[in-house]
Amino acid sequence: MTVETIATTPFITWSLAIPLVGAAFLALIPRAHAAAHKGLALAFSLLAFLVSLSIWVNFDVGLAGFQLVEDHAWLPFGARYTVGVDGISILLVMLTTFLTPLTILSAFSAIDKRPKEFYIAMLLLETAMLGTLVAMDMVLFYVFWELMLIPMYLMIGIWGGERRLYAAVKFFLYTFAGSVLMLVGILYMYVKGGSASFAYLDFLKSGIDLREQMWLFAVFGLAFAIKVPLFPFHTWLPDAHVEAPTAGSVILAGVLLKMGTYGFLRFAIPFFPEAAGTFSVPILVLAAVGIVYGSLVAFAQSDIKKLVAYSSVAHLGFVVLGMFAMTHEAVSGSILQMVNHGISTGALFLLVGVLYERRHTRAIDAYGGIARNMKVFATFLLIITLSSIGLPGTNGFVGEFLILAGLFREALGGPAGFKGLGIALGVVAATGIVLGAVYMLTMVRKVLFGPIVHEENRNLKDVNLREFVVLGSLVVLVFWIGIYPKTFLSRTDASVKLLLDTYKTRVVDHRLGGAKAGMDAPDQALRAHLDAAAGGEVVR
Amino acid sequence: MIKETTIQSLLYLIVFAPLAGAILNGLFPRMLSRRAVSVIGVGLPFVSFGATLLALWGFLGLRAANPEFPFVTAELFQWIVSGPIHVDFALYLDPLSLVMTLIVTGIGSLIHLYSVGYMHDDASYARYFSHLNLFLFSMLLLVLGRSLLLLFVGWEGVGLCSYLLIGFWFDDMAKAVAGKKAFLVNRIGDFGFLIALFFLVFHLGGTLDIPDLREVVANPTSIFRTDTAMVTLVTLMLFVGATGKSAQIPLYVWLPDAMAGPTPVSALIHAATMVTAGVYMIARLNFLFVLSPVTMAIVATVGAATAIFAASIGLVQNDIKKVLAYSTVSQLGYMVLAVGVGAFGAGVFHLMTHAFFKACLFLGAGSVIHAMAGEQDIQKMGGLRRKMPITHATFLVSTLAIAGVPLLSGFFSKDEILFKVLALQPAAGPVVPGLNGLWFAMGIGAALMTALYMFRLYFLTFSGELRSHDAHPHESPATMTIPLIVLAVGAAVAGYIGLPHPRLNVLEHWLHPVFADGAAALVNTGSHALEYGLMGVSTVVAFLGIGLAWAMYRGPWREVPGRLHASLGGMYRTLWNKYYVDEAYDAVIVRPLIAGSRWIHRWIDAALIDGIGVNGPARVLAFVGGAARRLACGDVQAYAAALAIGLAILVIFVL
Repeated sequence: MTVETIATTPFITWSLAIPLVGAAFLALIPRAHAAAHKGLALAFSLLAFLVSLSIWVNFDVGLAGFQLVEDHAWLPFGARYTVGVDGISILLVMLTTFLTPLTILSAFSAIDKRPKEFYIAMLLLETAMLGTLVAMDMVLFYVFWELMLIPMYLMIGIWGGERRLYAAVKFFLYTFAGSVLMLVGILYMYVKGGSASFAYLDFLKSGIDLREQMWLFAVFGLAFAIKVPLFPFHTWLPDAHVEAPTAGSVILAGVLLKMGTYGFLRFAIPFFPEAAGTFSVPILVLAAVGIVYGSLVAFAQSDIKKLVAYSSVAHLGFVVLGMFAMTHEAVSGSILQMVNHGISTGALFLLVGVLYERRHTRAIDAYGGIARNMKVFATFLLIITLSSIGLPGTNGFVGEFLILAGLFREALGGPAGFKGLGIALGVVAATGIVLGAVYMLTMVRKVLFGPIVHEENRNLKDVNLREFVVLGSLVVLVFWIGIYPKTFLSRTDASVKLLLDTYKTRVVDHRLGGAKAGMDAPDQALRAHLDAAAGGEVVR
Repeated sequence: MIKETTIQSLLYLIVFAPLAGAILNGLFPRMLSRRAVSVIGVGLPFVSFGATLLALWGFLGLRAANPEFPFVTAELFQWIVSGPIHVDFALYLDPLSLVMTLIVTGIGSLIHLYSVGYMHDDASYARYFSHLNLFLFSMLLLVLGRSLLLLFVGWEGVGLCSYLLIGFWFDDMAKAVAGKKAFLVNRIGDFGFLIALFFLVFHLGGTLDIPDLREVVANPTSIFRTDTAMVTLVTLMLFVGATGKSAQIPLYVWLPDAMAGPTPVSALIHAATMVTAGVYMIARLNFLFVLSPVTMAIVATVGAATAIFAASIGLVQNDIKKVLAYSTVSQLGYMVLAVGVGAFGAGVFHLMTHAFFKACLFLGAGSVIHAMAGEQDIQKMGGLRRKMPITHATFLVSTLAIAGVPLLSGFFSKDEILFKVLALQPAAGPVVPGLNGLWFAMGIGAALMTALYMFRLYFLTFSGELRSHDAHPHESPATMTIPLIVLAVGAAVAGYIGLPHPRLNVLEHWLHPVFADGAAALVNTGSHALEYGLMGVSTVVAFLGIGLAWAMYRGPWREVPGRLHASLGGMYRTLWNKYYVDEAYDAVIVRPLIAGSRWIHRWIDAALIDGIGVNGPARVLAFVGGAARRLACGDVQAYAAALAIGLAILVIFVL
């Protein structure tokens, strides 16, 4: 892992600064100018999106390491302001800058309490999320990581539903407890690992023995597993989603949860590959269980938001499954599936928000037959449902297919010891595509179809132009990724390959009984062995 | 002479013309007049059909120049590329996919035309055509996809359209439920299909590209030739997919419910095209399936069992569309039986003739329902022969064809299947001796029942006197009767491209390059004497069934159905209730799933994980901290401060 290109124009810093500046602007404008708050928040988030497009355009597909890197001295004890993007983070950066303006737009009519503070929180949250994704210094990362908590906590606690305080405190304590332990891990690595600095790249090279790796992986892993959330650490999520306002749910599901899965790929696995290899089996099992468990519990829900929240548990189970299957297509699929989940679940929460604004209830039974009057809404809900259940032609299929393919390839062609378990995991995970259809189509049938049984639903207004723009933008991506995923997959390829090569080298080295978990370049024989194991064949 | 590059362009046109229709009518329903919707919705499928005819012409030219000419591929773009996975969006025209494309676009276009009349007064006219065009697009992807994964796109796509069109009148809860049921049952099959693909590629070292896979399998040293157990597993999983799509035991249950959709949809999707996808897939992969005689025997057994099982249910149903639905399940059983014994050509032949006569029957039924103002109970019909002469004539021709009356299409195709069931054996010998005889007996039994239930339906609907006094039946408009006439002509004469003579069997010759590998794994023990003898047998069976139906519903034995009903009450009820299969599935699968998920939510999630695991420690802490309550004010800042202090202690400890 190296620095590939230094930024000539600090696009990344701009993308971090713009929402921050926007938040400052908003703070200066008096409360009375509500329209100005909305407009400025939207304008700044759009500007951040435009800047991120420059990152996208200047991103070199062929490079595996960090690109557009900026590095400045920051804190006196050696923490630096170092930021950059690579194939692991670029899609999530784009997802964040893409979702934020849509979310802000969706909040225009929903948030009437303290709108100024709300948009400030949104913009701060955007900076924090982007910072978490681009930080190449562990202190910087941790600062952004914790910074994400506060606006989200406020969003649930202030603009949430009836039980917002319970949900907000639960969200805060649960995730904070995880991340505090991670801080201990970071400090330990700095002190004991012989790392020259807090730089991410130095941390990659820190010399820690296997015993230390195991508990450090557990510490980092727990923080990320809570964030994902991996079964059984998921129970904060339904509460948070149900109480959060629509915009909060969209950002929470769309981006925040990905910080957990991103954390595994960015930190836990590369820092502690041998431990990751050892832990991969229980994690894979939890992920597969989570798929079935999340689907079943989703099926039992009578509240649409809870249903979507539990479906997230199932979908993120797929994501975790892919990254711990440790094959190229599975990890790529996993990254793509993070984006897919952001799009489809983000859109689902937006759709629930549309209904909620009209009827002020999230109970599935309160609807029924609304497709008759809300035709455009019904079309959107159907398309997003299809994306969520992975229908071919939509984004969901590409991600799930790659994850399952990679898992099956590892099971059927990988290490012999993994065969039975791998097949079992693959089959269990694949039942998720049936169960996903069960709960989603049942919900769709109950909400959209059948006769209108509640008089209140007879005159519901279809989506307006603003809602159409928001949902339409997401639907474009649903089909773009579904039909031509190459745009997105090609940007992850080089980095995923590097990640896996490094991982496999070290794990194989470890399994072969290497004296010290490999910081040295692999020798030629090992490299040949790895290449053979990776398989050069092309599956058409 | 049409060049290969022109055929490639035509392929795009064939596939994307219906998609364009779906998009136009789907996106701009309010901007388009009803006429514009019709022109787009019907015109583009005809464009697709015209392009198919041109492609046929071109393909004939290429075959004339080179009798072994294999296929035309049109590659549009790289679809999924990641690691070793490389799937192109590529179309693939060979003799088999060409025949299927002709059926799909030809019959599809006619049914689109028919829909103009049938759906004329529907408020969601544009949505209807948008979905129907989308179906055509998906079906063409299924048929023309070069990669199994692209086939799978079409495979799930047609399932989606089926879902949308069954539940087209979504205000009716029963219809919406039927659509959902179709989708979910098909998804179970698709699950098997997807798993099969993974084992095919990663265990057997195969590929998703169909022609490449054929080459891999053809290699005598390949693992496909040695690992028969894995080939059996893969083909069986693929067959699970086929039982979903082609409505075979045990996944047929969605098809009778699918009749909730508009009748042209039943004709196109649930009779002529989509439901044949499973048969097509097995024929497509004939070179793979023949490697596992066990799978083949299971396929044939399921097909034969479905044929006779569904036919028996069809004997007692009174809803005109339900009779036709069970008839479709039964006829699909014949096709599956055919491909199961290795008679791939015969299976495709019957697929084609069935597409004609069953589409005609459904559209005829639609015409009847239209005329009877929505009435579907045949006990209330009767005497429609005089009121609806064109509908009657076309319905009669198709009924004769499906019953297996000589010289009509169904006679030839069904006969070829029955003959091959007796004649074809795996080269290595039968899996279980005597199975072929059993399948044949089931096939003949189903043939007898087919003639019986179809003529029961015919007599009750068209002859005698009208039994309902509220209805004022009338003949349907030309947009409906013209397709009926065309389809009836097809039902009459389509059999002549598959005449039971080595030199006259055009279809067999045409498809030979596709099925050569499959045929090589089988031996034909039959003779022409056997074949012509069987023709006599099935002619007798057909007329026996028709005669029985006449006697029981028109002739001297009219009391017999009533007496049978009385004396065989239990059996009759069992048939009437379709062997209680839906009830059994409900009790064994659906209700446990609902109860189980509720139980898990309540006890595992809420009580155990969240209640004890998460909030438990929180409550303990709150209790312990009760004394210190005055110090902590209970807000997050305090918790954070406490955590920070704890953290500092930890750090000091660690250092």
